[in-house]
Parts: sequence; structure tokens; C-alpha cells
Amino acid sequence: GGGRGVDEELYEELEASLIQADINVQTTQRLIGALRRAVEEEGIRSIQQAVEALKREMVAILEVGDPSTMGLKEASLPPTLYLVVGVNGVGKTTTIAKIAHMLQSRGKRVILAAGDTFRAAAIDQLAEWAQRTGTDLVRHREGADPSAVIYDAIRAARARSVDYVIADTAGRLHTRSNLMEELRKIHRVAERELERVPDEVLLVLDATTGQNAISQAKLFMKYIPITGIVLTKLDGTARGGIVLSIADDLKLPIKLVGTGERLEALEEFNARRFVDRLLEV
Amino acid sequence: MFDSLSEKLQNVFMRLRGKGRVTEADVNEAVREVRLALLEADVSLPVVRDFIGRIREKALGVEVLESLQPWQQVIDIVYKEMVALLGQQQAPLNVASTPPTIVMLCGLQGTGKTTLAAKLGTFLKKQGHRPLLVACDIYRPAAIKQLQVLGEQAELPVYALPEDQRKGPPTIARMAVEYARQHANDFVILDTAGRLAIDDELMDELGQMRAFVQPHEVILVVDAMVGQDAVNFAEQFHKRLALTGFVMTKLDGDTRGGAALSIRAVTGVPIKFIGTGEKLDAFEPFYPDRMAQRILGM
Ligand SMILES: Nc1nc2c(ncn2[C@@H]2O[C@H](COP(=O)(O)OP(=O)(O)OP(=O)(O)O)[C@@H](O)[C@H]2O)c(=O)[nH]1
Ligand SMILES: Nc1nc2c(ncn2[C@@H]2O[C@H](COP(=O)(O)OP(=O)(O)OP(=O)(O)O)[C@@H](O)[C@H]2O)c(=O)[nH]1
Ligand SMILES: [K+]
Ligand SMILES: [Mg+2]
Ligand SMILES: [Mg+2]
Repeated sequence: GGGRGVDEELYEELEASLIQADINVQTTQRLIGALRRAVEEEGIRSIQQAVEALKREMVAILEVGDPSTMGLKEASLPPTLYLVVGVNGVGKTTTIAKIAHMLQSRGKRVILAAGDTFRAAAIDQLAEWAQRTGTDLVRHREGADPSAVIYDAIRAARARSVDYVIADTAGRLHTRSNLMEELRKIHRVAERELERVPDEVLLVLDATTGQNAISQAKLFMKYIPITGIVLTKLDGTARGGIVLSIADDLKLPIKLVGTGERLEALEEFNARRFVDRLLEV
Repeated sequence: MFDSLSEKLQNVFMRLRGKGRVTEADVNEAVREVRLALLEADVSLPVVRDFIGRIREKALGVEVLESLQPWQQVIDIVYKEMVALLGQQQAPLNVASTPPTIVMLCGLQGTGKTTLAAKLGTFLKKQGHRPLLVACDIYRPAAIKQLQVLGEQAELPVYALPEDQRKGPPTIARMAVEYARQHANDFVILDTAGRLAIDDELMDELGQMRAFVQPHEVILVVDAMVGQDAVNFAEQFHKRLALTGFVMTKLDGDTRGGAALSIRAVTGVPIKFIGTGEKLDAFEPFYPDRMAQRILGM
């Protein structure tokens, strides 16, 4: 039968797809280079095989660390603490509600810590999610010290024998050093009270974000030890390819993806599924 | 993030001095650098292609003079072309001949619409207007409360229906406009829920709101950190709602904001304001020349 084989035009098309998915130019060129080598070495002729080889390279980049660390960590000594951070509006608070919902449906008990004491009605937003999911909430008044809220939540969890604390934080741009110092303090206070580092420090990234996500990841990592990424808003048309560059450069694993505004719209990250979606036309 | 574009172009043209005319090969190399810079600034690929096509044509005509370096001339071409594409002049808000002026805000989730409603209200109030903020987001938890808190901070009235009076957002908008007429509010700012451009039901809801109140401004609120997807959703929003302008938020960070160019290019609609922080006064008119410098890292 007719049909094209692997030619320059195909490489160009694939390169364009990768760039339009927000994978940065450097990672794109690395991937296309690897594809060219694979085509050469394996004697690949068909487009289908070439695309498959490209996907293989992408999955390899995304599988950071060993598979056993992919899920969310659970502490042997409760409460397990998850700290959720990120820039403004990416979906931190909603993701927290979704994680709480997931844990509760597995029979776990959860306390939410209203650590965003800054944004207008942020506490009310989390309170509404706590009510909808039937989780406990620890809150202080607006403007209070977020470290103190999280400290209280950890103590409340111990007192009430609750398994998990999930702490919300105010959205902050990674370039605001005073706000980033505040985050460092939150982390320190939590660590002191827990007598270990928080079990997960999740950086939430919005899939619609472009190259700036790299800067976000780099700077958040500089201030606190991020353990993984949650990629939200994958239900839209954005492909979220920038996480490939982040995995490539910074070796940060992607743990969860958000696929909507409802409580159920949370999935464990699956590299193969992500790559299939990224390249589908 | 990248060495400044001019530095790179300087390198490209370094060996050229005194060679007479810039060759096609030199231009191709320069254009590659421009392409890379634009992609790193999040300008969408189709827009980049179109843009460098124009640059290429103009750069080919450049003569190598002892006095003016060719790279300076190319930078000049790139910069001027970008300012032209971004709209040259500042675009003011459309104002109703008979008040109230109705401004409808829309956009993807979490871009800064609710904050912008209060910022725009603050800005207008300072000019002596009497804006009314309207809570049309009946979906997001505590969205109404958020607008009320911001309204309180800004000392602006907020129109919202109590929970038990369930009405759709288009109807709320219509009732609010009626309220504004009766209370001598000369601006009505409609805050709507975030939504995806591919969510037909919610996009229809905005279409209906637009038909109900016939706003003078339909503004797409865009997160300046957005990447390649900007062209897709901007086109969709424009197709369904006939946008009159857009606003870029969160420009207080280190994003280049190349989406400004993408959206302007695909919709032809002007950028009216920018958001530069979480506070209510972190709001400025849009200046094409500053944006061009930012995108190019100048
Ligand atoms: N489509 C879609 N929307 C989402 C997703 N996750 C969150 N959102 C929406 O994004 C908006 C912002 O979500 P929030 O959870 O308030 O984000 P945040 O990071 O806590 O915001 P700040 O606290 O203001 O920094 C809301 O409208 C959410 O409903 C997702 O996976 N898909
Ligand atoms: N740094 C910065 N943050 C901003 C800016 N504008 C808004 N924000 C923040 O971005 C987050 C989202 O803002 P909102 O106004 O809630 O966004 P929205 O579009 O109404 O969100 P949804 O209603 O959920 O779609 C909040 O944390 C705001 O404080 C800005 O210009 N700069
Ligand atoms: K966003
Ligand atoms: Mg939040
Ligand atoms: Mg809102």
C-alpha cells in the first residue's frame, strides 16, 4: 500500500507537535535527535513505528525515580502530612479537596489545614470543600500566621487520631522572595512538629502554563524540598508538555493529574497515557 | 533565561562586518535565533512562523554599513514589527453613550477574573465612577464570598443573589443591570465562573449572558504564564463571544508573556490592561512597547 515513510517532513511535524504541547525547544531537540538515532539503528520505516519510538523516549524521561515512589507516601507514624504549594490560581485548594475525597473513600480520616490566610475567602473556599467531603478543618482567622494553622492541624490530628493532614497554602509567585521565605518557615515548623519532613510536598502546576513552569519548579525547589508534581487542568486543550522538560531537567516526578473541577477528577499519573494524549491530533 | 536576543544576533553578524550586503544564509541564521527567542517566550508556533516570515523579508534588504551594525538593524526590525502587532497604541475601555457601561469578564479557570473585577472597579472608582460588581459565578466554592470580600476592601457595592434564590448567571446579569440603572451605577462589572473553551454548555451560558445584557466590553482574562494553548482557547472564546479586548494577569512574575502576541494575532482584539499583583491597585493600562521589550528580553 502507499503512504509516506519516515522523512524530513515527519520529523518537522513531530517537532511542531512537541513544541505546541509546551515541551521546550531543548527537550524537543533532544527527543527528535533520539528518534533519528532510533530510526537509524532499528531500521524503522513506518510512521507508526517512528511515533512509537518517540513515545518510548518520552515515557523514559517521565519515569523519574523508582516506580514504588510514584504514589503518595504514607507515614508509618501518623499523621501523614501533605503540604500543597504553587503559584496563584493553579488549583491547589481544589486538588486538596480531591485528595481528601480519595483518601476518605478508602476509609481514611483527614484534616484540612486552611493555610491560605491571605486570599479573599480562601478559608471559606476550603471550608466549603471540607463540608462537601465530610473532612475536618482547622482554620484561624484571615491574616493569621499560616505556620500556626498547620502546627495546630498536626496537633489536632494527633489528638483525634486522624490519619492525614493536608495543608493548603496561599498562591505565591516563585519570584517573591519574602513569600518564599514564608513557605520555608511553614516547612520548618511542620518538620519540627512532625519530627520528620512532610511526607509529600506537592508542587501544583497548571497544564496551560508554558515555559514559566520551569522557573516555578526551580525556585520552589530552591526554598523547600518538593517531592512531586500535581498537573492540573488536563481536561482542557493544553497538553502540559512542560512537565517533560521539568522531569528532564529537574528529575521531579509527576504524581497526580487533575482532569476537572469535580471531586472525582483526579488521577494517578500514568506516563504512557500522558504521552498518548500529548501526541494525539 | 536566555542571553538577550541582541547578544545572539550580534554573534550571528559578527563575522559579517564589511562584507557588503547581508546574505540569505546570514538572515536565516538570525531568523533562527529570533524563532528560538519567541518560542522561549511562549509565543505560539503558528504565530512565530508568521512573524519570522515578515522579519525575514525585511531583514534581507538590510545593507551592511560601517556605522550601523546589521544586528542592530535586525533588532530594530523585530522590535518595530512586534510593537505594530501588539497594537501600537493604548486601547481605552469602550464606554456606553447611555450608562451603565457593561463589562463582562470571562476566561479559563484561575486566571484572575474575580480579582480583576475588583481591580477594574477600584480603577474606575478613582476616576470618579460608581461601579457595581456582580457575582455571576454560582459554581466555584465561595466565589461569591470572594467577590464580596474584595468589594468590601475596595469599598464597592457587590450585587449577588442569596443562595436560596437560584437563578442562572445570564438572569443574574440582567437583574444586576436593572439594579445598576436604579442605583445610578455607571459601570457594571460581571464576574463569571472560569471555564474551558471546549465546555459547550458553559460557553453557551456566556453566549446567552452576552445576548441578555449586550455588554460594551467582553474581556478575556488571560494568565500571562500561559503557553502554546493560548491561540486555541482565545480563538474559541472570540468565535463564540466576539471579544472586545483582553487583559493579561500575573505579569508581576518572570514570565515573558508571549501569549499577548499570540492572542492579539489570532483575534485582532486589543489588550486593554495588565495585572501586576494580588493587590487591588496592581493594575495598569497596557503599553505595547513595554510588552514587546519584555517578550524580547530587552
Ligand atoms: N478545568 C479544571 N479546572 C480546575 C482543575 N483544578 C482546579 N480547577 C479550577 O481552577 C480554579 C482555581 O482553583 P483553586 O483550587 O482555587 O486554585 P488555587 O491554586 O488554590 O488558587 P489560589 O489559592 O488563589 O492561588 C478553580 O476554578 C477550580 O475549579 C482541573 O483539574 N481542571
Ligand atoms: N501574582 C498575581 N496574582 C494574581 C493576579 N491576579 C490575580 N491573582 C491571583 O490569582 C489567583 C486566582 O485569582 P482569581 O481572581 O480567583 O481568579 P479567577 O479567574 O476568578 O478564578 P476562577 O473563578 O476560579 O476561574 C488568586 O490567588 C489571585 O490572588 C496578578 O496580577 N498577579
Ligand atoms: K492559570
Ligand atoms: Mg487556594
Ligand atoms: Mg473567580
